[in-house]
Amino acid sequence: MASLDSTAKSFLLAELLSGMALTLKAMFKPKHTINYPYEKGPLSPRFRGEHALRRYPNGEERCIACKLCEAICPAQAITIEAEPRADGSRRTTRYDIDMTKCIYCGYCQEACPVDAIVEGPNFEFATETREELFYNKDKLLANGERWEAEIAANLKLDAPYR
Amino acid sequence: MAFAGFMFYIFAAITVACAVMVVTSRNPVHSVLYLILAFFNAAGLFVLIGAEFLAMILVVVYVGAVAVLFLFVVMMLDVNFVELRKGVRNYVYIGAVIGGILFVELAMVATSWSLGPELASISLGPVVGEVHNTRSIGQVIYTDYIYLFQGAGMILLVAMVGAIVLTHRQRAGVKKQVIRDQVARSSKDEVTLVKVQPGDGA
Amino acid sequence: MAEQFANLFEGVWWSSYLAPTILTILLILAITVPILLGVAYLTLAERKVIGWMQYRKGPNVVGPFGLLQPLADGLKLFLKETVVPSGANPVLFLIAPMLTFILALIAWAVIPFDDGWVLADINVGVLYLFAISSLGVYGIIVAGWASNSKYAFLGALRSAAQMVSYEVSIGFVIVSVLLCVGSLNLSDIVKSQAGSGFWNWYFLPMLPMFVVFVISALAETNRAPFDLPEAEAELVSGYNVEYSAMAFALFFLGEYANMILMSAMTSVLFLGGWLPPFDIAPFTWIPGPIWFALKIAFVLFIFLWVRATFPRYRYDQLMRLGWKVFLPLSLFWVVATAGFLVAFDLLPTAAQ
Repeated sequence: MASLDSTAKSFLLAELLSGMALTLKAMFKPKHTINYPYEKGPLSPRFRGEHALRRYPNGEERCIACKLCEAICPAQAITIEAEPRADGSRRTTRYDIDMTKCIYCGYCQEACPVDAIVEGPNFEFATETREELFYNKDKLLANGERWEAEIAANLKLDAPYR
Repeated sequence: MAFAGFMFYIFAAITVACAVMVVTSRNPVHSVLYLILAFFNAAGLFVLIGAEFLAMILVVVYVGAVAVLFLFVVMMLDVNFVELRKGVRNYVYIGAVIGGILFVELAMVATSWSLGPELASISLGPVVGEVHNTRSIGQVIYTDYIYLFQGAGMILLVAMVGAIVLTHRQRAGVKKQVIRDQVARSSKDEVTLVKVQPGDGA
Repeated sequence: MAEQFANLFEGVWWSSYLAPTILTILLILAITVPILLGVAYLTLAERKVIGWMQYRKGPNVVGPFGLLQPLADGLKLFLKETVVPSGANPVLFLIAPMLTFILALIAWAVIPFDDGWVLADINVGVLYLFAISSLGVYGIIVAGWASNSKYAFLGALRSAAQMVSYEVSIGFVIVSVLLCVGSLNLSDIVKSQAGSGFWNWYFLPMLPMFVVFVISALAETNRAPFDLPEAEAELVSGYNVEYSAMAFALFFLGEYANMILMSAMTSVLFLGGWLPPFDIAPFTWIPGPIWFALKIAFVLFIFLWVRATFPRYRYDQLMRLGWKVFLPLSLFWVVATAGFLVAFDLLPTAAQ
């Protein structure tokens, strides 16, 4: 009887029809698509997007040119040159990130002892030319100023887990 | 009618040209493609004389099925045809003799051939009255020539069975998928849930 | 000179050659243009329907509801560069997509859109359609061979074997319909389904054959779940890997025009062509071509629906289905239909 049952089922295409009923039902359900440029999904505080160099609240740049980020960068995307400034503090004269090499692993952020280089929440930095993706220190500091509020909030949210 | 005549010469010229190319082209795949074009134009000739059923059957059977298999085989052959042609000189004389005999025969047929007087009226168009040619072919095949027709079918069947018998080989120890059994399996018969105590194993 | 030119438009030359030629060209355009538009919007419909079935929205950015998306796609393909691989056979490489496209369009010459709305009302319409669809395999196999690429070649071989196999069962399904009609003319096939309503159409008495035909049509047009010739997992994209720009677009258009053609064949053979589903007032007001278009759209929706639902077949299973299931089933059905018609003396005595 069971074999008759299964034979009848396969000849009447019962399983195929139930599958098609499922997709037909799905057709009229609400859609999960986000209307992207106008709607955006939530981002984790740990999201690793475009890089930024931060400053202290008094305006002094955080980076002390320890070159830990340059050393740890697996893609060797970071280039740093440094010399002592007039007031004797050690600062960078050059801080370049080649964004075409970067793999967004976040190791630079982990290595940094002073939270200077961070990966911010911005992921919409596509450019029309390749040259625009070779970031220099000015660009990174400008990013830091632009995204400071979000970066600070994210760092604070993530702090209890570190 | 002038247009039909014009089309006849176009179809006929392409058919003959393709037939020549089948023999002379160096690449065997090109030969098969020219053969297909020749079949196709022959179908066009059939349409011109009002035999549209035969034309369509020619396209379906020869172009749609037989020539596809030709093409299949020829495409996968890895034969160096330049190498094969090396010894062709040795066969030139016997080939010429056979070709000559055929040519003489054709010439004899062409010169002595004449149309029967009563056929002249029929040959203008196969459509006699309102009966179109699908029906008229059926009426001839299934009445006057039924034994020959069935015999031809039987010969083809025997050829098919023979081809399968000759190429089929039974090998021992080959596992084959039995889809019926696979579909009939159910999780109830095949899977048992076991509660495993730590350290005991299953 | 001007006088001679004016003479062109009168007399026997005009009435017997020029006027019919111009009329025929206009009729061809009247069929071809809507079909190409239909093809363009079929690609959009496919993306939309499959999107909806996967909880997505589908293209909705170009134009209102994404309605200009096909035009954008067409423009993109048109502006790209046609690349002919250096190892390819250039003549055959370029002929193959044209062949596919032309064959997909010329079959429409015999499709009846309404009573008498046919470009060529030939006696062997069904055979013509069958012949044209059996030629379709050449575009693919020539493309695969001329590309000189193993992926394209394997795709072409699969496609050829698949199309030849499923043509056999399609042929038997058509024969069993023809037994009930008694004519090979497509208009006669539709007319023999006329009567009171949809219960007179052939899909009901021949439901198994209808199912076999639709599934074989999926295999014949290389659609999912039988899209092995372009199985991207193992063959990149099958016979058209090496194609780009308009050459690729012609393949694409040809494939989708073939889908519409198979749907039209399904509606002529099984769904009563231009006939309304009920022969009473509100349904008979709607003209026949619209019913025909609706039926084609319905069958096309089934094509898309199946694609959104089922995973791809394995190749040996595909061959098994064609030769070991459909062929015996359809052959049996032909014999059964013929026996039934003879036993109950129902053989059609239709037009000669």
